[in-house]
Amino acid sequence: MPKLKIDGVEIEVPAGITVLQACEMAGVEIPRFCYHERLSIAGNCRMCLVEQEKAPKPIASCAMPAAEGMVIKTDTPMVKKARNGVMEFLLINHPLDCPICDQGGECDLQDQAMAFGFDRSRYHENKRAVPDKELGPLVKTSMNRCIHCTRCIRFATEVAGVEELGATGRGESMEVTTYVEHALSSELSGNLVDLCPVGALTSKPYAFEARSWELSKTESVDVLDALGANIRVDTRGATVMRVLPRLNDDINEEWIGDKTRHAVDGLRYQRLDRPYVRKAGKLAPATWAEAFTAIASKLEGVDGKKIAAIVGDQCDAEAMVALKDLMAALGSPNVDCRQDGARLEAGVRAGYIFNPGIQGIDQADAILLIGTNPRLESPVLNARIRKRYLTGRCAIASIGSVADLTYPTERLGAGPATLRELADGKLGFSEKLKAAKNPLIIVGMGALSRDDGTAVLALARELAEKANAVREDWNGFAVLHTAAARVGGLDLGLVPGEGGRDVAGILEGAQAKEIEVVYLLAADEIDTQKLGKAFVVYQGHHGDAGAHRADVILPGAAYTEKPGTYVNTEGRVQLGRRANFPPGEAREDWAILRALSERLGKTLPYDTLDQVRSRLVAVSRSFAALDQQVAGNWGTFGKAGPTSDAAFASPITNYYMTCPISRASRTMAECMASRQQLLAAE
Amino acid sequence: MLADKDRIFTNLYGIHDWRLAGARARGAWDNTKAILDRGPDAIVDEMKKSGLRGRGGAGFPTGLKWSFMPKEVKDRPHYLVVNADESEPGTCKDRDIMRHDPHLLVEGCLVAGFAMRAHAGYIYVRGEFYNEAEHLKIAIQEAYDAGLLGKNACGSGWDFDLYVHRGAGAYICGEETALLESLEGKKGMPRLKPPFPAGAGLYGCPSTVNNVESIAVAPTILRRGAAWFSSFGRPNNAGTKLFCISGHVNKPCNVEEAMSIPLRELIDTHAGGVRGGWDNLLAVIPGGASVPLLPKEICDTVLMDFDALRDQKSGLGTAAVIVMDKSTDIVKAIARLSYFYKHESCGQCTPCREGTGWMWRVMERMVVGDARIEEIDALEDVTKQVEGHTICALGDAAAWPIQGLIRHFRPEMERRIRTRSRQLAAE
Repeated sequence: MPKLKIDGVEIEVPAGITVLQACEMAGVEIPRFCYHERLSIAGNCRMCLVEQEKAPKPIASCAMPAAEGMVIKTDTPMVKKARNGVMEFLLINHPLDCPICDQGGECDLQDQAMAFGFDRSRYHENKRAVPDKELGPLVKTSMNRCIHCTRCIRFATEVAGVEELGATGRGESMEVTTYVEHALSSELSGNLVDLCPVGALTSKPYAFEARSWELSKTESVDVLDALGANIRVDTRGATVMRVLPRLNDDINEEWIGDKTRHAVDGLRYQRLDRPYVRKAGKLAPATWAEAFTAIASKLEGVDGKKIAAIVGDQCDAEAMVALKDLMAALGSPNVDCRQDGARLEAGVRAGYIFNPGIQGIDQADAILLIGTNPRLESPVLNARIRKRYLTGRCAIASIGSVADLTYPTERLGAGPATLRELADGKLGFSEKLKAAKNPLIIVGMGALSRDDGTAVLALARELAEKANAVREDWNGFAVLHTAAARVGGLDLGLVPGEGGRDVAGILEGAQAKEIEVVYLLAADEIDTQKLGKAFVVYQGHHGDAGAHRADVILPGAAYTEKPGTYVNTEGRVQLGRRANFPPGEAREDWAILRALSERLGKTLPYDTLDQVRSRLVAVSRSFAALDQQVAGNWGTFGKAGPTSDAAFASPITNYYMTCPISRASRTMAECMASRQQLLAAE
Repeated sequence: MLADKDRIFTNLYGIHDWRLAGARARGAWDNTKAILDRGPDAIVDEMKKSGLRGRGGAGFPTGLKWSFMPKEVKDRPHYLVVNADESEPGTCKDRDIMRHDPHLLVEGCLVAGFAMRAHAGYIYVRGEFYNEAEHLKIAIQEAYDAGLLGKNACGSGWDFDLYVHRGAGAYICGEETALLESLEGKKGMPRLKPPFPAGAGLYGCPSTVNNVESIAVAPTILRRGAAWFSSFGRPNNAGTKLFCISGHVNKPCNVEEAMSIPLRELIDTHAGGVRGGWDNLLAVIPGGASVPLLPKEICDTVLMDFDALRDQKSGLGTAAVIVMDKSTDIVKAIARLSYFYKHESCGQCTPCREGTGWMWRVMERMVVGDARIEEIDALEDVTKQVEGHTICALGDAAAWPIQGLIRHFRPEMERRIRTRSRQLAAE
């Protein structure tokens, strides 16, 4: 614990931190451009220069380790001169086009120029002109503005794991570029825009759309994958203009995937803004009352066993519990939240959550990926694994299809047979798992959404137990979900009740006319062809597969338009907040179910959001603790049985289109086209 | 004048055989084993006592630098790296060592490597020095064949391998950490310090980077003793030194002389005097392009060593004496240097990347007087904003020549500005 003096105040700081961090701890703010907590230290902007007693020159505080007895001064004329000088240098070749720059208002350079800049220039020469670069559909470049901090290069190389950005040229001819011009192949490329301290890299879809000070900012949670990344939704009026990451070290640090960030334009297209009722084979606009009446008359006299409900992948817990209660009131045991047919069980919580937590990845020293491609299923989580890989001494292996995960993995095999061998200790990696202090076994939906999923689940459990991955102090059994609603659904028990049917059973039943009414709560990932002649009620926000097949459409709210509770893959309960209002006559989903229940004469016992949330806690205690991961009880889950030889394959092959929102997004369509082009070029 | 018997570089002009046999005849590789038998600590002590200061420009005491290496080899190997990326304008001493007396360097590498407990040494040769690198390679091969390098080098029991690596012609790769980056196969950009190379250098291992001349003189110093070497020059500026005299002299040359020789004596004795006589002297850049120039009044009396030149706000640098007579367009000369630094800036850190270009452009205007008088102050201010604020010393090197120009030739700069503004007014 070195002690040092900063601006006359003595402070003791943890060993190994830098002078800049020590200054922050002492409450002294140090201006910087190139320094970023989560990237390697470059020390090239020179904005953070401070004076160190007895040093002949000012030192770069971002790169200098804090050492015992240092005397640091940040308020001397020498420091002021140094900062002003650097600021002047940064501005001489900067175009100063703030009025037409999207970064304006949230620009580090602009802010710091206010503090350290001068109101006129001494530079009378021509400014440098740098050709813009094409970095794909998400990142717009304006390279004249670049201050060469290399944050983007370091992010791409270190965090995203794609060595595609670099600097060519020397001196003032230095340019940040992709060498051979092409779109970035990372699913995390949108973060470059956040990292860029100036307006050199800005968001292409958001270009010239809004100014930052016009936006209302709402802190919320992402639902486009199961990570539950913390986001900030920026709206202007009723429109979501953009989504930005929020800092949460436990989950997404400060990154979000490109889908999370850029699929939001999908919230503007293909929206269901009024109820519809199918009349003579055609969906016709209707009032809420007409829609409810259509449902009520259909349900009249139908046996509960002939009613079924399927829950979508992005539903909030409030809607799910309301649906569960309604189905119970209707006497139906046929409820399922596992659209993809994942053979997960609702009983043992530790059997379906990412037990070690996202942060647990940092502590793991052997990682096994079973039937998952985290790069596509949750790019931010994948970056976390890469981060762990970079710190070294961590063996990573995979069972399943081959993919470039941005870090090397030892591919053990393709399917359940390999898993069996591993559990039996017949593979070299078994030893590594056993020898590891904190083995981490990540099971993806590619391994569980199959007919033999139950047996695979049991195998994975067996392996975890044999590898001593389940202990008092560590539980390395981790299920990586692809659906944001899944853990919440399982927590709430939205699985078939006594004698009930699962998704496959419901579809079979619908075709066999044993199921007469199917309620789709924003469920679009099923094969709607198989719904047969069943009467389909679709409640959701997008005109996607479910709505096309529906007989009655009830327009619901998308995730930015309602306060909602979501449980991420770790089993962490988080609150999403309303950033804007649903379009037209669309309503919050739990309220729709509550209203429908009244019309059906089965009035649900809650009238306010608070009451629904109390109900959540009553159904599952896990909802009582917000923002923290509640450990799950370990137990027996899965069931040993025969397995097939088929290889595990991730359910996601196209990262950019996985849900109604992303499918409606034009930006995502562009991303997809760009990626295909890139692949074709290879 | 330095007596011939006291010269270390006895084949500086290439009139003798540069290969092993010739080198041996001149005393190189003479019982190197005996030197090594003294042990690393004794060698480092002797080097410290000799007062040898690094010959690459910064003048850091060589023995002290060697002593920074860890005393024991732990988990990481030690490396010796020789900086033969001689690119400082006006400097051409290492080049002549490598092509005319390469064995002095090769032997020095063994001694230095042994002293810092390194089993491997790398000589990073400037890309343009093709023949020099070839000579070095031949010399190294000869040394291997004679059992002087490699396993059990010179019968000392110490294994030492030596490699030649050619750069690609970037001035910045002469900066020791940029050199290490380049040697590792990366873009030659200086590293942040700390950590210093002695802690984490080449491939993150303890390394020492030395100039060719510093290494090449080591065996002779160890043979003839620290007292002999330190008998030359003033205290703290000991030894003999290669001076490269170029520019407006009658006989430009490289010459080995004792440190602290008066500049005028150096030029008159070895370079045939200034073109047109001493009185025709305008200014001298005494230590390679990066140090501030000295006007004639100072050149009359100044001594050529680290401290004397520092006292005159210049520096010995690489001891590359660039002589300029009164026919020189001094502003244009310095502007050309500014262009050089603008061209060679690596672009990594802000003050140098932006400042070198700015300074050069203003200097180009100063050449024709296309400026306002206040801009001279602004220019000086810009040089101060670059100086000391950069990662490596290239920023300083770019700033100093201009500072020297303004310090000593401001009246000339003002004259040009006035002349031009009068001309413009007349038109």
